[in-house]
Amino acid sequence: MYVAVKGGERAIENAHALLADLRRGDRSVPELTLDQIEQQLALGVDRVMAEGSLYDRELAALAIKQARGDLIEAVFLLRAYRTTLPRFGVSEPMDTGAMAIRRRISAAFKDLPGGQVLGPTFDYTHRLLDHDLAQGGEVPEAPTAPGEIASFRSVAELLANGGLIEEEAPGEGEVGDLTREPLSFPANRDLRLQNLARGDEGFLLALAYSTQRGYGRNHPFAGEIRYGEVEVEFFAEEVGFAIPLGAVALTECQSINQFTGSATQAPRFTRGYGLTFGQSERKAMAMALVDRALRARELGEETVAPAQDEEFVLSHSDNVQATGFVEHLKLPHYVDFQSELGLLRKLRAEFFARDAADQDEAAMQDAAE
Amino acid sequence: MTAPVYNFAYLDEQTKRMIRRAILKAIAIPGYQVPFASREMPMPYGWGTGGVQVTASILGPDDVLKVIDQGSDDTTNAVSIRKFFSKTASVRTTTATNEATVIQTRHRIPETPLTEHQVLVYQVPIPEPLRFLEPRETETRRMHALSEYGLMHVKLYEDIARHGHIATTYAYPVKVAERYVMDPSPIPKFDNPKLSDCPALQLFGAGREKRIYAIPPYTKVVSLDFEDHPFEPYRHDAQCELCGATDSYLDEVITDDAGNRMFVCSDTDYCDKRRAAMDGGQQATATMGHGP
Repeated sequence: MYVAVKGGERAIENAHALLADLRRGDRSVPELTLDQIEQQLALGVDRVMAEGSLYDRELAALAIKQARGDLIEAVFLLRAYRTTLPRFGVSEPMDTGAMAIRRRISAAFKDLPGGQVLGPTFDYTHRLLDHDLAQGGEVPEAPTAPGEIASFRSVAELLANGGLIEEEAPGEGEVGDLTREPLSFPANRDLRLQNLARGDEGFLLALAYSTQRGYGRNHPFAGEIRYGEVEVEFFAEEVGFAIPLGAVALTECQSINQFTGSATQAPRFTRGYGLTFGQSERKAMAMALVDRALRARELGEETVAPAQDEEFVLSHSDNVQATGFVEHLKLPHYVDFQSELGLLRKLRAEFFARDAADQDEAAMQDAAE
Repeated sequence: MTAPVYNFAYLDEQTKRMIRRAILKAIAIPGYQVPFASREMPMPYGWGTGGVQVTASILGPDDVLKVIDQGSDDTTNAVSIRKFFSKTASVRTTTATNEATVIQTRHRIPETPLTEHQVLVYQVPIPEPLRFLEPRETETRRMHALSEYGLMHVKLYEDIARHGHIATTYAYPVKVAERYVMDPSPIPKFDNPKLSDCPALQLFGAGREKRIYAIPPYTKVVSLDFEDHPFEPYRHDAQCELCGATDSYLDEVITDDAGNRMFVCSDTDYCDKRRAAMDGGQQATATMGHGP
């Protein structure tokens, strides 16, 4: 019985063998291929790439398969793999204005240059379980039309012309990287955005939601949400110019938020920004709302809500960190527990001794009276 | 897709160099928490990623590694970390404390005294001793900078006022080299006296919190206390039922549904060595073993 509590190598190996067995499941059911996951569970792949901060659809699909569909576990696998990759450098800033648009909508204007492009979306679908899908079958190709213009200016850019929205100038110096330098506070916006881009979708969603419900309210409009492919370019010292490395799919959200102005600044709109790998509008929008909430200090707003609290948000957004630490409670703690047990017994013994002494004293007094 | 090829001890050399710099700084400023760019490791945060990164950075091909968790070489996490390094660094591993050059530990200091030729690497969950008094890192860093430790003393005083004792039994705070208040990781306070004047280098790695700190060899480490309430190491009222030790930290094991209990050494190597020395005939419960 004492042997059983001490783990043991064989027990671990057997547990892993059982996991592999269950991962495969009923052998009469065909095994999943990475292509199937990548194609048919594409949004899961997108999420794993975004929070795993590694853009590789095939590896993300492998991680999902290995993790039995547990997406946080899959994110963890990608992050651990990412650690082993050498870093060549930082890409040129990406121009999302030159995005090959698949979807682009604005909730701020009914129509705008380039138009509203609905693209592939769950929005406006009725959420009725589709039993035809359970049967499988041929799906006809969707009709498409050729795009008209190559470049869509962003809504924020359109507003900027009239001075109605804050200008954003490119930052000075090198962009921060919290995977190479530990995060310290206060953190600049580049690091905050990086943290949020890697952050857990559910956590950001809840925080964003809390700002809408009055905890750090900042009146957001979905200025623009766009999804499509953007070229990545890398400046190569050897050749002296930027060379294209390929395209990545991105979702970008620019929120437009109120700002009442201050003694020195005229009232104007402010911005929140969200960017994720793949198609993830929920994450990009939540990120934009939280980004704006975290700018409270910079904009001189009162910081009272959790979503405005930089240390709170940035320290708890990473699901790989969070799941590791919460689940580490499964590890043995019997040394610490033993210490607590010992102290508790001592405190209880003293409590009852005191209690008994009090009663004795009371009895003596009764007897004396 | 090509199969990945991993460097010696998993981490690439650039990362190891970054971690070694942090370690050197930590040794130069005993007890000070040095921020470092902790990497994502293939085991979860909270399961020893800080210790693993420190070990990976100091390990050489000739090192002999011992890994313990709760004092035991055979608990699941210790087995897993030991396997990780046998696989990625092909180093020799051991369960014998005196044979190891690097010992990675979670929650214990071995009973066998350490030597100058050894490094003890602690896994640390929360490196900040003031964290539960002040949740903000910006505040706690300032408090350390100013040696402003009043809050900690107030907490200990309140314990005494309420319970008659300091009600901290593990992760008991210490002051290192008369400067920094440090969290010794969740070792039982029984182990605290071993921290001081230790011939071995002690390194502490916190992966999730991205901090490394150190106690150089032969450094004075004092457990916080008051003149009229001096620090008292935890004492058991029992002895080990396997080896009879009265000087070791004991785990309590419940032996049946009726709640009967026995006490056994938490340090399995210490217990095994003592039992071997007794020529096998003197054990209190000869049928009990420490497992494979």
